[in-house]
Amino acid sequence: MTVFVPQSLDEVVDRLRADPDATLIAGGTDAMVEINDGHRRPGDVVVALDRVAELRSWRHDPASGTVTIGAGVTYTELMAPPLATWLPALAEASRTVGSPQIRNAGTLGGNLGTCSPAGDGLPVLAALDATVRLVSADGERIVSVGEFMVGVKRTALRPGEVIADVTVPVLTGWQGYAKVGVRNAMVIAVAAACLVVDAPARRVAIALGSVGPTVLRCPEAEVFLAGAVEWNAVEPPSGGRVAAADLARFAELVRTAARPITDHRSTAEYRRHAVGVLAARLAGRGFEVVEEAA
Amino acid sequence: VSNEYFTLRVNGADRDVADSWLGESLLDVLRDRLGLMGTKGACTQGECGSCSVLVDDRLVCSCLVMAATAVDREIVTIEGVAPADAPSDVQQAFVDAGAVQCGFCTPGLIMAVHDLLDRDPDPGDTEIKEELAGNVCRCTGYGRIVDAVRRVAVARREAP
Repeated sequence: MTVFVPQSLDEVVDRLRADPDATLIAGGTDAMVEINDGHRRPGDVVVALDRVAELRSWRHDPASGTVTIGAGVTYTELMAPPLATWLPALAEASRTVGSPQIRNAGTLGGNLGTCSPAGDGLPVLAALDATVRLVSADGERIVSVGEFMVGVKRTALRPGEVIADVTVPVLTGWQGYAKVGVRNAMVIAVAAACLVVDAPARRVAIALGSVGPTVLRCPEAEVFLAGAVEWNAVEPPSGGRVAAADLARFAELVRTAARPITDHRSTAEYRRHAVGVLAARLAGRGFEVVEEAA
Repeated sequence: VSNEYFTLRVNGADRDVADSWLGESLLDVLRDRLGLMGTKGACTQGECGSCSVLVDDRLVCSCLVMAATAVDREIVTIEGVAPADAPSDVQQAFVDAGAVQCGFCTPGLIMAVHDLLDRDPDPGDTEIKEELAGNVCRCTGYGRIVDAVRRVAVARREAP
């Protein structure tokens, strides 16, 4: 067994050219749990990604209105300005991850690489229509986060590829993340949701975690809510006004879109119920709710 | 790191690690290879915080660090916080506040409290609870631990 600690993305790619099936370790917070338990043996070649300069950085592109986040950026870093200011839902989701110790080590790229249905960063990336850049010795390709997440802990990453970075838009409008678990800290989501409002475009996006094999978007619910909102009826940061009855309908459409299962953490019925509650709660934070139709 | 030997920098000293399995966690290497028993291991999945150490000034669970990937980093364990006969202010505050019962979680908590107060010299109760959420104590009920953190914050503020 050999452990490599490369400093640059070129070195990683060179190593992967020689050993396409090398075990990649970012923060280690998922991989080491499996290795400690004996559920997984690391490959003969392990590549640690935590010192790769390109992966540890981010950049803001004002011209395109996007932020590109290196796969090795930690949750702790995502919680701090200016990233937290541009991407408040990602900061909020990051704050719900594990503990300070876990957030200091765990990375956005690792969240994608593990691709757990409960990955806290993933609903945010899905709601923001993030793109993921994958790099290998053959070059690079860019896939949508929806294409990247194939199934439970299954991704579109091919042997020899490494997740380089994620690009997301900086939007104008409310956004937030909420999850249900057995306590506030150190909890894996039983159900989770991210709501993103693009106020100038009068669009909303909602993505669900832990209620399907991978993160789910809810196109019907999104179109319904965007159509039900009276945009610009109230002062920002609220996006507008929405009737309570429409909020309930939105929650119902979200529940319909969920595809939960029963496992050791919860039942399918509870997950379906809870994710609707979360959806309505988030919409109630993003918009002003009125009892009668406005 | 391409053989079974590597060197870690622990508490300011270079320590050779020999004959380890390269997939081993930093926790196991600290305890079983280097004999540093202050760092405790319980859950080995990042849930309990007993194994908290600093790696390049970042508080992490040593059970979730593959030791061989920590070469060339500055690792600080509970043994590196203060000499055995001269406890740090945080260690002394834990004694004074009665924040230690069985003591198993204490090294990890001391590391976490030092890290917390270095970043935020005057945390409120909510901040203290949120920042220590990764360190599980099954004895104290946390009240005296929170009290110890407050004592250090006050003492540091009043120090000249």
